[in-house]
Amino acid sequence: MRIIRVLGALAVVTLTGTIVLGLGLPATFEQRTYSRMLALHPPLAWTAYVAFGVTAAASILYLVPRTRRARWDAVASASAELGVLFTGLTLITGSLWGRPTWGVWWTWDARLTTTALMFVIYLGYLAQRSVADTATARAMRSAIIGVMAVIVVPVNHMAVEWWRTLHQGRSLASLNPGSELDGDFIAAMLLGFFAMTLTYVWLLVLRTKVIEADAELEEHALTDAIAARRREALVQ
Amino acid sequence: MFRDAALIAGKDLRIERRSRVTTQQIGPFAVLVLVLFAFALDPDRGVLGRAAAGLYWLAVVFCTVLAVQRSATVEVTDRAGEGLRLAGMDPGGVFLGKAVAVAAQLLVLEALLTVGIAFLYGTHLHEPVLLLGTALLATAGLAAAGTAYAAVAAGLRVGTTLLPLLLLPILAPVLLAATRAWEAGLAGVPGDAVSWLELLAAFAVLYVAVGVVGYGTLQEEQ
Repeated sequence: MRIIRVLGALAVVTLTGTIVLGLGLPATFEQRTYSRMLALHPPLAWTAYVAFGVTAAASILYLVPRTRRARWDAVASASAELGVLFTGLTLITGSLWGRPTWGVWWTWDARLTTTALMFVIYLGYLAQRSVADTATARAMRSAIIGVMAVIVVPVNHMAVEWWRTLHQGRSLASLNPGSELDGDFIAAMLLGFFAMTLTYVWLLVLRTKVIEADAELEEHALTDAIAARRREALVQ
Repeated sequence: MFRDAALIAGKDLRIERRSRVTTQQIGPFAVLVLVLFAFALDPDRGVLGRAAAGLYWLAVVFCTVLAVQRSATVEVTDRAGEGLRLAGMDPGGVFLGKAVAVAAQLLVLEALLTVGIAFLYGTHLHEPVLLLGTALLATAGLAAAGTAYAAVAAGLRVGTTLLPLLLLPILAPVLLAATRAWEAGLAGVPGDAVSWLELLAAFAVLYVAVGVVGYGTLQEEQ
């Protein structure tokens, strides 16, 4: 429990730092104050990819009989939820930035389209998780979908990349010393990456614990109810 | 594996020939979609002609959802799928057979739709070899991914509403690539289609491989 608290405190501190540093960024000539979004948007997108990667990895671990544990299913589920959350935030922050900079809330650019598709794919994943079924059947099905969903992400990406592209190059590539990006921006973005990843890990651990507790409750609910009825009967 | 695949494909196609779901329900539905597109997009302004490739493949994708759903239902009804497992059929073979049967039905539907766009939208079918090649590759991908996902959703009570949500975003690259390749073909510039054909082939190989390897686990889960 202590490690969760430490993680949480670190996440809050670094997130606050990112916001302070981000708001302190100078306005640029081309994008004016909107360039400050750089401290948030790329880190959010990065975390979403990490989250879906973790879902896929946990799904594989569940599918392999030797490493099959209910915990991997809980991790996959928690990570997919967070991935959808971070993808949603990526789409919102991107849209808020796109309106003043590109002049539109949405455009059918490669990156945007892939992200939207990824969002819908994992909404489907979460939808099938909520279908009533036995725990093991759901875990198995989810693991299979978790793996099948992730392999289409690069294919989708390739397809829409060929289809049309407008989005700037990869943000991670602009972090090298020779890039055009100013030092302050790089610092804010790096801190952002660190803060979002920490936040993700913190939430992942918390959510996994909640899911496991939920499963345990479900498992014991019936036996507990029967025991309670028995006790009642004995009292009477 | 291939012997089992041939048996299963034969079985599914025989069921299809007797029940006539594809010819009497999905086929008319495909033509209906083409007609509805014409209602939605003003037919006078040449929009239909320009969008023909996209509308065609969208109609095919919709039909895929219906066809794979039907194919998976056959195995769930009366627990027929369990019978196949008990009979010792190779899961990879069962998957291949079912996918081949779906692909065969889709190809018939595509032929029907091709006549449909030529007749209803006035599309000129240039480069027929390219169009056919694209159709074959795209159909392989659609049938493979569709069969795998339909098997996942089939056992569930809400499977019919869940399947489109799970499957359609996965099929997006096929829709995109097949549309672009057909646009190139219909416009008479086949050179533009090469990279799209590569993508279609990659998708098909990927999902055939996933299905052959993973179908056993899917059957277990059911």
